[in-house]
Amino acid sequence: MDGMFDPSRRNSGDGPGRALPRVDGLAKVTGSAPYAGDFALPDMLYGVVVSSRIARGRITGYDLDAALAVPGVERIYTCLDRPRMPASAHRWRDMVGPPGRPFRPLYDTRILYAGQPVALVIAREFEIARDAAARVGVRYEAEAHATKLERYLDQAYVPPKKREGIPPPAEPRGDAERAFAEADCRIVGEYVSPAEYHNPIELFGSLAWWEGGQLKVYDKTQGAAATAQYLASVFGLGVDEVQVTSPFVGGAFGSALRPQYQLFLAAMAARDLDAPVRVQLTRPQMFSFGYRPRTRQRVGIGTDASGSLRAITHDAIAGTSVFEDYQEAVVNWAGKLYACDNVRTGYELVKLNLYSPQDTRAPGAALGLYALEAAIDEMAHASGVDPVAFRLANDSDRDRDMDLPYTSKALRSALEQGAAAFGWNERSPTPRGTRDGHTLIGHGMASGVWDAMQMQASAVATLRADGRLEVGSATADMGTGMYTVMVQVAADTLGLPAARITARLGDSSLPMAPLAGGSWSAASVGAAVENATLALATKLHAIAARLPDSAFVGSRFDQVAFEDGELRLRAAPERAIRLEALLAASGDDAITATAKAAPDPASQKRWARNTHGAQFVEVGVDEELGVVQVRRVVAAIAAGRIINPLTARSQIIGGVVMGIGMALHEEAMLDDRLGRMVNRNLGEYHVPAHADIPPIEVIFVDEPDPEVNQLGVKGLGEIGIVGTAAAVANAIFNATGRRVRELPITLDKLI
Amino acid sequence: MRSFGYARAGSLAEAIAARAAGATPIAGGTNLIDLMKLDVARPDRLLDLNGLDLRGIEIGPEGARIGALVSNADLAAHQQIAARYPLLASALLAGATGQLRNAATTGGNLMQRTRCYYFNEADTPCNKRSPGAGCVAIGGVTRIHAILGASEHCIAVHPSDMCVALAALDAQVIAEGPAGERAIPASAFHRLPGDTPERDNTLGDDEIITAVTLPAEGFADHYSYLKLRDRLSYAFALVSVAAALRIEDGRIAEARLALGGVAHKPWRDQEAEAALIGREPTRAAFADAAAIVLAPARAQGSGPEGNAFKIDLARRAIIRAFDQAARRTPQSQTHKQVA
Ligand SMILES: Cc1cc2nc3c(=O)[nH]c(=O)nc-3n(C[C@H](O)[C@H](O)[C@H](O)COP(=O)(O)OP(=O)(O)OC[C@H]3O[C@@H](n4cnc5c(N)ncnc54)[C@H](O)[C@@H]3O)c2cc1C
Ligand code: SF4
Repeated sequence: MDGMFDPSRRNSGDGPGRALPRVDGLAKVTGSAPYAGDFALPDMLYGVVVSSRIARGRITGYDLDAALAVPGVERIYTCLDRPRMPASAHRWRDMVGPPGRPFRPLYDTRILYAGQPVALVIAREFEIARDAAARVGVRYEAEAHATKLERYLDQAYVPPKKREGIPPPAEPRGDAERAFAEADCRIVGEYVSPAEYHNPIELFGSLAWWEGGQLKVYDKTQGAAATAQYLASVFGLGVDEVQVTSPFVGGAFGSALRPQYQLFLAAMAARDLDAPVRVQLTRPQMFSFGYRPRTRQRVGIGTDASGSLRAITHDAIAGTSVFEDYQEAVVNWAGKLYACDNVRTGYELVKLNLYSPQDTRAPGAALGLYALEAAIDEMAHASGVDPVAFRLANDSDRDRDMDLPYTSKALRSALEQGAAAFGWNERSPTPRGTRDGHTLIGHGMASGVWDAMQMQASAVATLRADGRLEVGSATADMGTGMYTVMVQVAADTLGLPAARITARLGDSSLPMAPLAGGSWSAASVGAAVENATLALATKLHAIAARLPDSAFVGSRFDQVAFEDGELRLRAAPERAIRLEALLAASGDDAITATAKAAPDPASQKRWARNTHGAQFVEVGVDEELGVVQVRRVVAAIAAGRIINPLTARSQIIGGVVMGIGMALHEEAMLDDRLGRMVNRNLGEYHVPAHADIPPIEVIFVDEPDPEVNQLGVKGLGEIGIVGTAAAVANAIFNATGRRVRELPITLDKLI
Repeated sequence: MRSFGYARAGSLAEAIAARAAGATPIAGGTNLIDLMKLDVARPDRLLDLNGLDLRGIEIGPEGARIGALVSNADLAAHQQIAARYPLLASALLAGATGQLRNAATTGGNLMQRTRCYYFNEADTPCNKRSPGAGCVAIGGVTRIHAILGASEHCIAVHPSDMCVALAALDAQVIAEGPAGERAIPASAFHRLPGDTPERDNTLGDDEIITAVTLPAEGFADHYSYLKLRDRLSYAFALVSVAAALRIEDGRIAEARLALGGVAHKPWRDQEAEAALIGREPTRAAFADAAAIVLAPARAQGSGPEGNAFKIDLARRAIIRAFDQAARRTPQSQTHKQVA
């Protein structure tokens, strides 16, 4: 079956390219879309987690009498009194876990970080469980903890074992130190960013029950299949003995790529008590697992007299847990983005008594491009070259690290079109050059880059007697628009209106899909849906060709078209048969086809694949008070083919908002004495409010790319955030003449 | 959150009796319920005030009387309040979010507790939660803590915006208890922590707030409420300033200045106000007033985790807010750019 995308095939108005409102939008805004914590079962029990107060040490005992005395409490699990669980680390591995020993909830008395679950209270009502949880006494023997990155920089190490799927720093190219020393113009900057938590609005919660030896779960996850595999491994089951359902996810940003501890606890208690158990975390407990790690970066850049890049060094040190070596690609971008012969990068970790960091929207790149693009701005300024011109002049048409050409790289168009739409050339290149009363106005920009990956995925397509089509794959939609993408791809191949297509996802019993992360889902699952619907189309054509007296007898597949709910002969479109009629003639209730899609390995070896962006930001900074207001943003994005301009725009806007938050607001405040974050709520952990967000103009530049994958799409989940924080910081410099190299740029850093 | 009893008060007398017997009043619940979830507040019995007839706003030539159950949203939107006491309306709108202001009440706003991070961490030592336990905030993350009037026992601030305007406007808090009704000047309602930080204010344990009254003068011509915070909306003040002036013949005839986010109470400084009388409304005059207010200011730690920056920030904010008031360009609470 040939799955290549054929751009001449435009069978349904609802196919790719159409700004179709998201198909699950109505259910979401009317509250009828069920999230994990909305599901309930008869005789369900409720679990509430008790969290560790200390960051390191041992549990010496529990005082449970008061909690057990609360009427309605069924059971309290502690590390001293819990069902058997596997010890060996490999049983606890999940799909994206870094090297090390995955966390095992309630495993033993060791406290590895503050917030660690130390008891699970099960009761007949949620309120009862919560009440009793407050009365659980835990005795600890505290040991000195290490939580503040800056105090342990001397213990930084190169992670001995690489994290799968994450490229280590590239081999050095040329001699960066020497070229830097010999450069005509150079800058060095140290950039610091705090720990940031994903903080999706939907809290983590899981409902688990056992049915005839099968484990069933409603969970918040970015990968139902991955979660099922994890549970199967931990509980010693076959993968077909676990079903994970997660139809809607209320935001995740990477937090639901790994199973969180409430999932295991719910399943453990459900098996032990032979009852459905829901364990729901609280907002403060959302700060008891992964986050974007606090990271310190040092970037050195040198140019020759004409402003050509001669040397780049980029080093990063980030925190990780004591039990895993979390790694992300922070320093791997300079060598890709820019033409520079001398590049050296380094990446080190420091062990801290915190949970392991976890992929957070554009993991690595959001941090790395903050530092790199802020430094490039410093370099452009130091060498007297306009920042856009600097980037254009030093752009690379090859990935120099992999020494491969790009399937496409329309970054130049993004820079040019973004600059034009923004009015970049009207800005004052001199800091403090524009003011409006007390407000200093500044303009900054930055480039962004992210991967354009495709993973193997499968999908199923079923046409029913009523003419409705259902497509399914075990992927996830965390607000990304995946449901809509699936519908639109299917609409295209089978010539059906979107209203007659249902997409199903978030169910591990559906055909396998990769975790919904890395911005690869549109390319991966989209291709699988295209292949499944094409396989279905082939079957339908075969039925038509077998019909007695049919116009399709003897026709080949490439001689027919699926349009407006009909199968037609291309040469004689009036010779058509409705799909319902075909199905009736087949004698079946439904016709199903399943198919797989995978990246082309030969193409993967020949080409580098990336998505690019250029962010332009205008800020106003109150000269006296330091108050920063972002006044407008233009995000010009080169991401291949855009399947749905509406959901695509939403993805970029969401990324830009998060980037503004990274620049100005987000910060988990660590109290090093307590070893924990102290602003664990959305009142004090600041993400941007509406008032902080200006109009955002999103431009998708033309970037046809038949090579990148069969749909020609590159994915949009991450690219919106990459570079945004640097663009804001650069705009603040242009406004005030101040380089603030520590995020978030709060007003105290500007007065 | 622990289990609790619940009763709805049918009359004020019933409410006072229940309160005297140890019940905890609840109005909008926006602060109390949060604290119960964090296990910081552990009331045995809740006394729901919402059935009481305390929702009226009366306004006349001699002043205004605002019922304790009037929501922050209704009060800010009240046309005569907005016209005669725009400083109050502005401060209300600077606080929280639309949703919260719909639920939050006048009485509850006065009684809301500090946002000190550590106060909310039920398992840490905090004198305000457990007298004598110590104050873990000292030496910790003190970005949102006091620069004025703190003690070695507590460095928390009162977080309200509304109360800052009430203090500046010489409002009175009307409380009723078994002994009858009394009026407490707004600037004396909240107190400094001293060695009893467990007491936020001077309301008796057996009293209920029934109303807030405002005098006739509302400073509608020259006022500004300037709130500086870590994002442009929905964040508590790092520093806020309620500034009001009466200007006659180009000179200041009367001045009011109260600060929020800097002390255990809205910080009013009458000496600084007096220093402005008779002067022209210039930045130099305002800077002198700021210097007087901030002379006793003390920092708790430096850098972004400390609050040393708040002293300088407060100085700048005072000058700006007065300048805005003098020029009749009060800070807009909808267009967030500082004017
Ligand atoms: C996320 C968040 C952000 C916020 N931001 C701001 C802000 O920026 N600025 C600001 O000013 N406020 C802010 N607030 C606080 C908000 O204004 C208060 O929570 C609210 O005013 C409390 O009023 P309530 O009616 O809900 O009080 P409740 O929660 O019902 O009660 C609070 C306390 O007052 C007592 N009480 C209530 N009524 C009476 C009465 N009549 N007599 C005696 N005691 C009484 C209760 O016993 C309780 O102790 C914020 C709150 C939240 C949750
Ligand atoms: S500052 Fe006050 S409220 Fe905060 S921890 Fe110390 S005593 Fe408690």
